[in-house]
Formats: sequence, C-alpha cells, structure tokens
Amino acid sequence: MSAIIAFFKKPFIRKYANYFIIALLTLVFGLLSATGSLKMGNQFLMEQIAIAVLLAVSLGMVVGFLGELSLGHAGFMCAGAFIGGKIAQMMVSAMGVSQNNILVLLVSLLVGGLTAALFGFIIGLPALRLRGDYLAIVTLAFGEIVRAVVMNLPDTMFGGTLGVETPRFDRKYFFVIALLMVLVCLAVTQNLMHSKHGRAIISIKDNEIAAKATGIDITRYKLFVFTISSFFAGVAGVLYSYTQSRVQSATFDYNYSIEILVMVVLGGMGSINGSMIAAALITFINVKLQTVLTGNLAVLQNVIYALILIAIVIYRNAPGLKGFREKYNSKTLLAWLKKKLGKGKVADAEATVVAAGVETVEKEEAKDE
Amino acid sequence: MEFLTSLLNGLSSGGTYAIIAIGYTMVYGIAKMLNFAHGDIIMVGGYAMFSTLLLINQPVVALIFAIVFCMILGVCIERFAYRPLRGASPLAVLITAIGVSSLLQSLAQIIFGAAPKMPTRLQISGAIHIGSLAISYGTIVTLAVTVVLMVALTVFVKYSKVGRAMVAVSEDRGAAQLMGINTNAIIAITFAIGSALAAVAAYLMLMKAPSLTNTLGAMPGIKAFTAAVIGGIGSIPGAMLGGVLLGVIESLSLSIPVLAPFTDAIEFAILIVILLVKPAGLLGKTRREKV
Repeated sequence: MSAIIAFFKKPFIRKYANYFIIALLTLVFGLLSATGSLKMGNQFLMEQIAIAVLLAVSLGMVVGFLGELSLGHAGFMCAGAFIGGKIAQMMVSAMGVSQNNILVLLVSLLVGGLTAALFGFIIGLPALRLRGDYLAIVTLAFGEIVRAVVMNLPDTMFGGTLGVETPRFDRKYFFVIALLMVLVCLAVTQNLMHSKHGRAIISIKDNEIAAKATGIDITRYKLFVFTISSFFAGVAGVLYSYTQSRVQSATFDYNYSIEILVMVVLGGMGSINGSMIAAALITFINVKLQTVLTGNLAVLQNVIYALILIAIVIYRNAPGLKGFREKYNSKTLLAWLKKKLGKGKVADAEATVVAAGVETVEKEEAKDE
Repeated sequence: MEFLTSLLNGLSSGGTYAIIAIGYTMVYGIAKMLNFAHGDIIMVGGYAMFSTLLLINQPVVALIFAIVFCMILGVCIERFAYRPLRGASPLAVLITAIGVSSLLQSLAQIIFGAAPKMPTRLQISGAIHIGSLAISYGTIVTLAVTVVLMVALTVFVKYSKVGRAMVAVSEDRGAAQLMGINTNAIIAITFAIGSALAAVAAYLMLMKAPSLTNTLGAMPGIKAFTAAVIGGIGSIPGAMLGGVLLGVIESLSLSIPVLAPFTDAIEFAILIVILLVKPAGLLGKTRREKV
C-alpha cells in the first residue's frame, strides 16, 4: 500500500496522476464490460459521469481560469446535441450503416463540437465588451435563445417539442468512448493551463488591466477560452444525444447550467481535478438517488446543492472568515486526521491520492496568490 | 384596433416588468450586486398570498401579509447570504445569489408541491368597453399601481432622508460611511423595498392569470433584469423605461403570428444588441475604470 502511495508522490507521476487514474478506470471497466460482468446500470452511470466531467472541466475553463461567469453552458451542449445527433441520424439512414458505426460517431462528435465552438466564438464577442454580471446575463440569454429557437423551428428540422431522433450506440462500449473523450479534454485543458497561454488566461482573471498592460492580447485569449470551452460542451452534447433515443430541448434549461456550475464551484474554481471529482461525485449521487427520491422529494437534493453552494462560496470568499479559513481547511483537517489515525495506519489509498491532488492544487493556488 | 389592444396589454405587462426591474436596479445601484433571487421573491410573495387566502379570504389582507413577509425574507437573505460576502469578488456574490434562487425554488416545491395552485380569489375579470376597444380591469389596475408606485418611489428617493442616503451610498459607499450614513442599514432597507415591490408584482401577475408554481418568478425575473439592463442598471427612470419598452415589444411580438413562438428569443436578442451597442443601457452612466 505504501509503495503505491510513494509511486503517486513522484513528481512526474503526480503531475499526470489524473490521466493514469482515468485511463486505469477506463481499462478496468472496459474489460469488465467486454466480459459482460458490468451491470447495465453501471454502464449508464459511467456514461453520465463522463458527460458531467466533460461539462464541468470545460465550464471550469471559463469560470475558474478566465474568471467570467457563464450561465449558458447547457446552451452550447444543446447546440452540440442537436446538430451532432441530427447529423449522426442522417448519416446512419443515408449510408445504411449500423448505429454502432464508430466513424459516424467521430464525425458527429467533431461536427457537434465545432458547431458549439462557433456559438462559443459568437458569444465570446460580447465577452470582450462586457464583464461580470452583464456577461453572465448575456450567456444566460444566449442559452435561452438556443433552446427557444430549436424548440420552435419547423418540426421537420429538430422535431419541435418532441425532440430530434438520434442513434443509440451499444451501451456496452459507449462509456469507454465517452471516457476517452474525457481524456482528450483533460489533455487539452491541463496542458493549456500549464503553458504560457494558461498563465496569460489566469492573469486576465486576476487583473485585466494589468494583464493588458503587460502586453497580453486579451481579445484573443477570451475568444479562445470561450471557443475551446464550448467545443467540449458540444462534444458532451453529442455524447449525451447518443445515450438518448430522442433529444429534447427542454433538458437544456437554465437549471442544467446551474448544476454544472455547482460542480465547478464545489470542486474548487481553478482546479481541473477538483471539477472532475465533484462532477463524478454529484452525478453518482444524482443517479443513485433517482430511484430513492421520487416526486417532490427529488427536489430535496436541489435544496442540499443550493445550501452547499452558498456555504462553500461564503467559506472560501467571505472577508470576515479569513481567520476561520486559516484555522480550518483541508490541510489542517488532514494533519488532524493523520494525528488521530497514528503513524502506523494509513488511510485508504484512494483518499490519499485524492488528497494529494487537492494539496497540489492548493500549493499552486498559494503560489499564484 | 388590434394594435391598440396589444399596445395596452404591453403597457400593462411592461408596468409589471418595471416594478420588478426597479427592485433589481435599486439593489444593483446600492449593493453593487445582481440579486439573482429577486425573481424568486416574487414567487414567495405569490405563495404567501395563497397561504393567507386559505385562512382569511381577503385579497387585501393577503397582499399586505405578502409584502411584509417578502420584506422580512429579503432582509434575511441579505443578512445571511450577501452581507458576509461584502468586499469579496463579484463572481462569488453572483454565485451565492444563484444558490439562494435555487434554494427558494426547491423549498417552495417541497412545501407546496409541483402542481400549480389557483388563487382565483385574486383574479380581477371584466373589462370596460370603449367603442370596440376592450380594456380589462386588470390592465387598468396594473397601470394605476405602476404609476402610483413610480411617483412615490421617485419622491421618496429624491426628497426623504433615507432616499438621499441611498443615492449617497450608490455614488460612493466609503464616502457615505464617512459622512455618518449607516451603509448596512441602507442596504437592508433597499432590499426590503425591492422585496416589497416583488410582492406587489406577484399580486399583479396573479391578478391577470391565477396560476402559481415555483417558477412563477423565474422568467419574469430574468426579463425584468433584461429591462433594467436595457434602461441602464442603477437608474430608476431607466428601469421604468426599460420595463415598459420590453412589455410593449413582447406584446407586439406576440400579436404577430410568425414571430409569436420566438418572442423570448427576440427579447433576449434585443438585450444582447443593446448591451453591445450601449453597454451602460439607454439611461445609464458610463463609468471608466481607473487604475
């Protein structure tokens, strides 16, 4: 056990630990699924987690790194889901191939992602003139516009309120593809953020005027982040469309955008690993609770999310809680736990790896500050 | 004649938007934050009226109770969710406000259920006929309430001591504090006034269509914010202008069959265009950021 921990503490491994963990999970679950020992429900769960992680990581780029609030992330996903799903369906029926054709899937992923990226570019344009609250409301308005337009176009295009019919991939392997997309997204995001461009983006968040004064091309970076972020939202949308037999625009409402935002905030803004863990956790809880909580009680989980959201934001940001924050945070909590457990016993390996991830992020944050 | 009818309808719904928009704009001007939960306070007002009507079947009593309840709620939200974050980054405040909004909606659904409630006692039906033009009583009441509230608010802000303190706080919070103004109290009063206006807006909305769900205030709230931004956020006359303008545009768009399904999209598109052309809104002041 301690050998595993030591392995993960090597600097190189530590930097890429998240890749290894996801790749390992993909491999293990993929093999399990191929041998037919993975339950249908778990396959569904993995798909949903992959989609949520994609959404959270991509929104995290805009909110956590660029520092602009986007409330229309579901709108980009909507664009990707409808365009990608429609194209896939057209290709399947025109070429007479099976729904499991990987080429069709890849093409529709690319087209859906690019469409969403185009929308992201367009919505990035007002982002150049607007900041903060104004931009948030514009992205929200954009999400609603996409939804309203898709719903009210003639039924022959996107099926109106009934939604558009999409192909369904074989569930046995679909989540593997979805997890591979997560790896792609992670590679792009993490490398970008660790590069010179990532530093420039973070500097825009910290102080736009100072960033401009040091010669950073704010226009280019803002458009760039919005485009990349919405590209992956579009990819997530296409993946989503493949898990449904029909995609309805009502799914992509404002509350969906908020749910993604909760994941990003819960994971810690500006932390890719945090977003991924939070997205996986929330999706897991959502899927597991779906059968337990029915009717009006299902809303109970929204109440809890809302309370968590408020509590976390106040804890992390309130100027009056600075002393409290320094006294009680994840680092002191870990030290306390270690003391309690004694030197001999080591906590469950997974928890340590997660903690190591959190610690790295925090160190980076401390450096940034 | 049809045009006149839809124009009047537009003025009436625009009045409601204006009342909500004033709540947004006052809070934005003074606390420098977008109170995302404002629309949901409308919904809470609606449920407060509905609950009162179950006990005492008097619309006026219900309205007064709703106003008081919303004022208390608004002040509580400000005290517990927003005040700890004063001085923190605007993004943090905005996310908290979204959290409060989601909290109120979910709580309402747990308490009252998802099925719409019908407080029909609030409904005002009937109309005055002038020639072939029919003006419903609802429209008249809305317009009258809007005009009275706007005049009262303008007078209050311009001439009362508290109102002038509000203007001072919105101009420069630090300087106002140095002049001996209790800024926390002024911000709390602003939230109370905004929430009271939200309760009135709930009454005006239920008066026309008595169907009450937990999302009653969500869409009107967002649209009223749009109106406030169009008029120039922080400016009370701007919110009035923006509200009426938005109401008229909405009603005219609804009366044209081709455009009707896209009404929401059109309204939001207008918001985006106005923000791009004139980021400070029609009556807003542009402020340059100094280094």
